[in-house]
Amino acid sequence: MSAAGVVVVGGGQAGFSVVQALRGAGYEGPVTVFADEPRLPYQRPPLSKKAHTEPEGLGVDLVPESFYRERDIDLRLGEYVAALDTAACAVTTGSGERVPYEHLVLATGARNRPLPVPGAELAGIHALRSLDDALTIGRALSTARDVVVVGGGFIGLELAQVARARGARVTVVELADRLLSRAVSPQLQEHLRERHERDGIRILTGTAVERIEGKGGQVHQVVTGQGPLPADLVVYGIGATPRDELAREAGLAVDDGVIVDEQLRSVSDPRVFAVGDCARHPHPHADGLIRLESVQNAMDQGALVGRRIAGGAAGPYESLPWFWSDQGPVKLQIAGLRASTDEVRVVPGDSDTLERLAAYAFRDERLVAVETLNWPAEHLAARRLLQQDPPVSPTDLAGSTLGALARARRTKEVRA
Amino acid sequence: MPIVIFELPDGTQRKVTADSGTVLMQAAVSNGVDGIVAECGGNASCATCHVYVDERHGELVGPPNDVEDEMLDFTAAERRPTSRLSCQVQVSDALDGLVVHIPEEQV
Ligand SMILES: Cc1cc2nc3c(=O)[nH]c(=O)nc-3n(C[C@H](O)[C@H](O)[C@H](O)COP(=O)(O)OP(=O)(O)OC[C@H]3O[C@@H](n4cnc5c(N)ncnc54)[C@H](O)[C@@H]3O)c2cc1C
Ligand code: FES
Repeated sequence: MSAAGVVVVGGGQAGFSVVQALRGAGYEGPVTVFADEPRLPYQRPPLSKKAHTEPEGLGVDLVPESFYRERDIDLRLGEYVAALDTAACAVTTGSGERVPYEHLVLATGARNRPLPVPGAELAGIHALRSLDDALTIGRALSTARDVVVVGGGFIGLELAQVARARGARVTVVELADRLLSRAVSPQLQEHLRERHERDGIRILTGTAVERIEGKGGQVHQVVTGQGPLPADLVVYGIGATPRDELAREAGLAVDDGVIVDEQLRSVSDPRVFAVGDCARHPHPHADGLIRLESVQNAMDQGALVGRRIAGGAAGPYESLPWFWSDQGPVKLQIAGLRASTDEVRVVPGDSDTLERLAAYAFRDERLVAVETLNWPAEHLAARRLLQQDPPVSPTDLAGSTLGALARARRTKEVRA
Repeated sequence: MPIVIFELPDGTQRKVTADSGTVLMQAAVSNGVDGIVAECGGNASCATCHVYVDERHGELVGPPNDVEDEMLDFTAAERRPTSRLSCQVQVSDALDGLVVHIPEEQV
């Protein structure tokens, strides 16, 4: 039957989830994972939330090496897949080895958008994606005094807080008029800005970086639309693009991500799946196809594909999207998809300090997304309720929190 | 180093060595114990590392902290008196021989 087995390209969060689910569901064929980074697969979220100079200090391995060995998973660390031949059902590695597959899973993730300004090649300017990047930034923070963060998104704001905690003067430069402009509701954008400013982080919105200037090859200042900023370290996070070139070169449908159906199969080839940051997929909560960059999405998509290949029953992909970001003292969590909502209601979780907040977003009189600050219980209640029928209406939430509503519904269920 | 026993819903047990100074969730994940999902990597964000501490050891492990206590009301499997989020339980030598039960569902 299948001497060829499953080949997974990419050993990140999604690739790991695929092989964990495959073996968990009893798949017995050969499983090979190509992971071009030379170290054991790891989690990325801690990289921007802690600063360390030693890899052990971050403690980010997903599982130890024994996990793969005990499950007979051929983990090829430091090996890159260079080409995909869908007609012959085989991949070719960077060193020229051809490996056949019965099922192929693309879990190649995303890469950072480069900083498109003169001077971006100077020493002391870093983007953050890999563990190596995090260690480089962690070391640079030991001596940095003036840190400029380009991009007021999740990674930028997390890093700004890390740098501030290490004692640096920190300025965030954001091109849009608001922080996290697409990711959270305007009400929380304002709140987060105040929070970060209170912690001593300077925030310049509506400001473009024009160029970066150096001295002796080392970054010296960042020239912005509002004037120059001294800098001995620049970190930037201005978005990522999916690594979909293998699929594109093989002739599969690609549009800012590998296009897949509700089973997460390439729409061009049923033997090829794509999961995680590199996949553009349909979702019952979205208007069209979406591509998500989150741990939840990577884990749940990987698990679905692993179970499906193993022959376990698995319906369409419809997991509720959720996300978290720890920005210093602020834990921001999002459940659901916020796009095209028509009403946002902000509710305090504590009357005096406003340390805890929830923002309920409605569309056509039903709750579709919930953002919370420092309120994980409310986030969890949101995740339960967003997946239940009947949907939560604005009236249900008049004068109530989701936590209270979830408890009340649970009690009703128990009584019924 | 303390030995901790994870009991799966089907009754099978996994005995693992936990490092003092880490948390219980890490002992499970690094030994590939099924049923501890730990989506957020120990960040007290996801409640997918829920465990029931064995009744005999409830006092040894102690009660949840405030944030955890609230979160435990919304775990996938029912809450019980000895429910904890395993990423919030510090491992120490005192926990040697600890038995924890893994719930049916985490997500
Ligand atoms: C700094 C940082 C912080 C984050 N924080 C959060 C957070 O707080 N919460 C959250 O939900 N999400 C967060 N994310 C996003 C989350 O980490 C990603 O969505 C998730 O890792 C996606 O998993 P993936 O497997 O699709 O991609 P990745 O984890 O990126 O893994 C893809 C892997 O495939 C390898 N690869 C690519 N092409 C090839 C090839 N041809 N051959 C072999 N190997 C290949 C890559 O080198 C990489 O190791 C963060 C991301 C970053 C970078
Ligand atoms: S691992 Fe997420 S709450 Fe414990």
